[in-house]
Order: sequence, then C-alpha cells, then structure tokens
Amino acid sequence: MAAENQSQTSQSDLPCVLILKPPPSFALFGDHFLDSPKFQYLKAYESPLPLSQFLHTHAQSVQAILSSGGAPVTADTIRLLPRLDLVVTTSQGLNHIDLSECRCRGIAVASAGTIFSADCADSVVGLLIDVLRKISAANRYVKQGLWSSQGVYPLGYKLGGKRVGIVGLGSIGTEVAKRLEAFGCSISYNSRTKKPLAPYTFYPNVVQLAANCDALIICCALTDETHHLINKEVLSALGKDGVIINIARGPIIDEKELVRCLVKGEIRGAGLDVFEHEPDVPVELFELDNVVMSPHNAVFTWESFEDLCKLVVGNFEAFFSNEPLLSPVALDHLPQFSG
Amino acid sequence: MESIGVLMACPMNPYLEQELHKRFNLHRFWKVPEKSAFLTAHSNSIRAVVGNASAGADANLIEALPKLEIVASFSVGLDKIDLAKCKEKGIRVTNTPDVLTEDVADLAIALMLAVLRKLCESDRYVRSGKWKKGKYMLTTKFTGKRVGIIGLGRIGMAIAKRAEAFSCPISYHSRTEKPEAKYKYYPNVVELAANCDILVVACSLTEETRHIINRKVIDAMGPKGVLINVGRGPHVDEPELVSALVEGRLGGAGLDVFEHEPEVPEELFGLDNVVLLPHVGSGTVETRKAMADLVLGNLEAHFLKKPLLTPVV
Repeated sequence: MAAENQSQTSQSDLPCVLILKPPPSFALFGDHFLDSPKFQYLKAYESPLPLSQFLHTHAQSVQAILSSGGAPVTADTIRLLPRLDLVVTTSQGLNHIDLSECRCRGIAVASAGTIFSADCADSVVGLLIDVLRKISAANRYVKQGLWSSQGVYPLGYKLGGKRVGIVGLGSIGTEVAKRLEAFGCSISYNSRTKKPLAPYTFYPNVVQLAANCDALIICCALTDETHHLINKEVLSALGKDGVIINIARGPIIDEKELVRCLVKGEIRGAGLDVFEHEPDVPVELFELDNVVMSPHNAVFTWESFEDLCKLVVGNFEAFFSNEPLLSPVALDHLPQFSG
Repeated sequence: MESIGVLMACPMNPYLEQELHKRFNLHRFWKVPEKSAFLTAHSNSIRAVVGNASAGADANLIEALPKLEIVASFSVGLDKIDLAKCKEKGIRVTNTPDVLTEDVADLAIALMLAVLRKLCESDRYVRSGKWKKGKYMLTTKFTGKRVGIIGLGRIGMAIAKRAEAFSCPISYHSRTEKPEAKYKYYPNVVELAANCDILVVACSLTEETRHIINRKVIDAMGPKGVLINVGRGPHVDEPELVSALVEGRLGGAGLDVFEHEPEVPEELFGLDNVVLLPHVGSGTVETRKAMADLVLGNLEAHFLKKPLLTPVV
C-alpha cells in the first residue's frame, strides 16, 4: 500500500507537458511513443471537459506543450497557461504556432530542426524525376497490361541540364540543391535574404526565378508573406515547359490557379505533397498523368520518426533539467503567420 | 546516298525513321510479311542495319546480307548483335554511348526512390480519393542507404555520383577492380548483395552476366533488400525474382527491363513494393534525338569514308 502511494506521489511530481491533440506519431506507433521517465503528459483530448475548462483546471501545472500541425498553439491557448515556458512541435514547419505571442511571453519554441530535411529533399527529387520521366504513370501503364497491348510509352523529359529554381534556401532547400547538382542541374534560388555563402544564382523575386528555371521547387515556410506566393504571374513566368514541386505547405500556391494551368497545359507538370485543404485534393488532378501526388508524407519514414522521438524527448528532458534545448527556434527574426 | 539500302530492324524513333528515309533507301523490316523472301530479294542492296535493344543483327541476318558493311545500334547495349560474326566479316558496329548515360542513371535513382519512398503507391492513394486526415503512409528513408552497383562503367559511375549526393555509401562489383574509383570493391556479386541495401544492375549483357541475379544473390539480399534493374532483362533469373517478391523473401524491386519484353510477369502487377517501367531508360525527348543523331552521324561518316563517331567494332 505504502509503495503504491509512493509511486503515485512521484508520478504527480513529474513536470507536465500538455498535448491538445495527438501527433501523427501516436497514430502510427501508439501514444507511449514519446514517453519519458522524467516528465508526464496531460492529454487534453482524453478529457471529457471542454478545452477551456480543461486548461483552466490544469493552468498551474502546464509548463510545456507538445504541438504538431493538427494541434495548433494559438494566442488564446497561451493566455490560459500562465506557467507555459516551452512549446515543442513535432514538425519542421511553425505556421501553426503563434510565434509572436511566444516571443512576447518569453516562451521557448523547439521544432524538428533539420532532422526531416534529407527526407524532404529526397521527396523533392523523387517527385521531380517522377513528373519528368513519368514514373508513376508508366508504372500504372505496365500494371494495367498496356505495354504488351498498346506498345511504346510516350517519351519523358531529361532531368540533366535542367535549371532548378528553389524558393527558400533553408535547410531543406540546401539539401535539394546538393542532390540535384549531382544530376547535372543548375541551381538558382529566391529567399528572404541572399545567402552570401551559397554558390547559386540569387533572384530577388519569385517571378524572375520562375522565368529563369525549368523546375520550381517550393521549400519555404508558410507565413503571411508566402501565402499564395505562387500565383498566376509566377505560373505564367514558369511557362509551358516548367514543372512545380511543393513539399512545403499547400497555401503557398494558389491552388485554383495551379489546377487551371495544369488542366490547360500551361505548365508541364507538378509534384505535390501538400494541398490547400488537405486531405481534400482537387479532383481535376486525378485525371492528369503529368501530376504526381503524395499524402503529405514527405517526412514519414521509419528512420525520421526514430530521430524525431529522440529529439522531442530530448528537448523536453533538457528543458526540465535546465539544459539548453536541442533544436531551439530563434524567435527574434521570424516573420508573422496570422493563420 | 539515296540508293544505299538501310534495313531498320524495328520501329524505334519517328525522327530517326524519317531521316533515314530522307537520306537512304530505307527498308522497314517490321512491315515485311515474308522476311526471308525479302532478304533474298534485297541481299545485294542492303549495306547497313539499324537496330536497338529489341532487335539487332544476329548471325542469320548477317549471313543473309552479303553486302552488309555497318550495323548502327540505337542503344548502348550490344547484346542483340552478333559481334563475333561482325568482326569476322569486317562489318563495323556502332552504338550510342554517353548521350544516354545520364538518363539511365537518373532512372535508376528514380526507381530507388519510387520503391523505398512508395512514390507510385502514394500517388495511387491520393488519386483514389480515399485520403483522410489521420491516415499516414510510412516509407523507408533513402538517404544513407548502402548502394551496391554491378558494373562500374559509364552508367554505373553516374549512378554512384548521384547516390553519393544522398550520402549513400557505394560499393560495387565489376569484371575488374577499378582502383581510380574510390568505392569498395567486392570480388563477387553474392558478397556485394549481402553488404548493401539496394543492389542495382548496370552492366552489359554477355554470356557471363546472364542471370547474374540468381537465387543465391536474392537470398543474400534478404527480405529488406531492393533490386533495381536498368540493364537487360536476362540479367535477372526472372521466375526466381518473381517468387522471391511474391513470397516476401525480397523487400522490393524497381525494374525497367524484363526477360521477354513487352511481356511482364503478371504476378508483379499487384505488388506495391514493385515498380515496373516499360524500358524507358533512355526514353526522353532530348536523349532519343541525340541517339538518333549519333546513329545518323555514324552512318554518314561510314558512307563518306570518314572516321566513325562511336565505333565498337
């Protein structure tokens, strides 16, 4: 009896991390995937209480939040949690967190850092070659038995020598550039600021970048400035021999306009891992062989999840031991995203 | 040169066909109903054969064409040409190296990504309209995987260069070790297979390399191993490969070539860890034009008594 009481006491001594909604890894690996003996989770989604009441009840115990794309951290939530000092997100993207509120309150933020960059870059290359060389479409053709009945498959387009334009030369953009250079592509980019150490051609705006490349790759964050960054003007500049690849966030592209361009043949093709209203995807795209799609799984590899587990747990454990975070986000120079 | 008889073995490229028709007296072999009668009738005028990966010039055809001077292949592979016979009779042979190296290497990497990252399966899933929030597809990371290359020629080296950009450790097996190549050499394929995650066939098809991927090699690759074939179908013991994939003894395969193209084993159609392509290794607008120009350039050089551009024999 005494032992049971003791363990109950030590359990309640553990610092609390709030989870509003389960992250994707719980669906895949169970909800003990990110457990640690050094802290405990408060799972708001398991409580019958309405969220505001739940937050009010636990306001004094919550020092940290585990967030993910589907569990945004809004200013309202932050204001209900006076002891909140840390938000750790399982994503590389930060558009679902009210960063300026965090900055005001001195709340630290940690993300997936660069652990997903290789997988994202691999997805970019995969989607790009798939669109140009018609891999998915040709695989469908063979598996429907059409090669023996209908014969030769239409020619694709060579990747080598193509001009690649990267929108956002951060960690992911840099990994993309490194890979595509090995295929003989020339690299240019647009970023908020020019990167003096990057050996690639800088274009001061996306329209110019699009006009000077054959493949436009979206690798930037979603912010107020980048919402619908890829619009009619950019797509028109990209032109009928141009391909667009998006593994960043759906709303960076004006999707209606993109669909129109693809249906009318005004651009050569598209590779898309993200969509404006996921999981809804414009049905017009289902008819098109020059479009390759994936269900926002550019980072969903076994290996990345293993790395994520270590990073998320590591960040919380460091925080609760007063040690530096493993993957802190610098909040001072970040642009806004007002959702 | 309009009187020079050129025999095109099979349809391969409309632009090449057009240009051959313009410059020579072109005979389209696939349109001939009675082939041996045709050969007899034209045996004195056909001085060149244009072949490709599907059809070339075997001993019978060479014997039937006593005026044959040159076989120009619209491919880099020469397995459909009886090279010994050509050497014996002093017949020149040309192929299309270099111009297609990049496309084939690109395709090898594309197949690796497609199999590991389930590109085709993901696309199919979205197209089905069944994507719901909270449904996730887990795939295997490509970066850092060990890539084993059989045949470190032009194409093999190009594959290595690309895979290195993904931080993949490279090892290889070749007829002879290449000391300039800074990759790990394995003296036999089974050892190479046991020490890599992805095994890619990029060598030429010869007597020695026929069925170089056999049961032993497949066993050495193991249930997580992935086979990529951008060489020739007969490099692989196809029934063994099919049963290994169907039984889950091999992790996956990306195949651009098959033993009896365009026939493809139907047991593979339903497997999501297998990506099948209709021999499109060099199948881009840009490269096929370059290959065609090389064939035309070689033929022109020969009949103008200039040095051949890309001679093999």
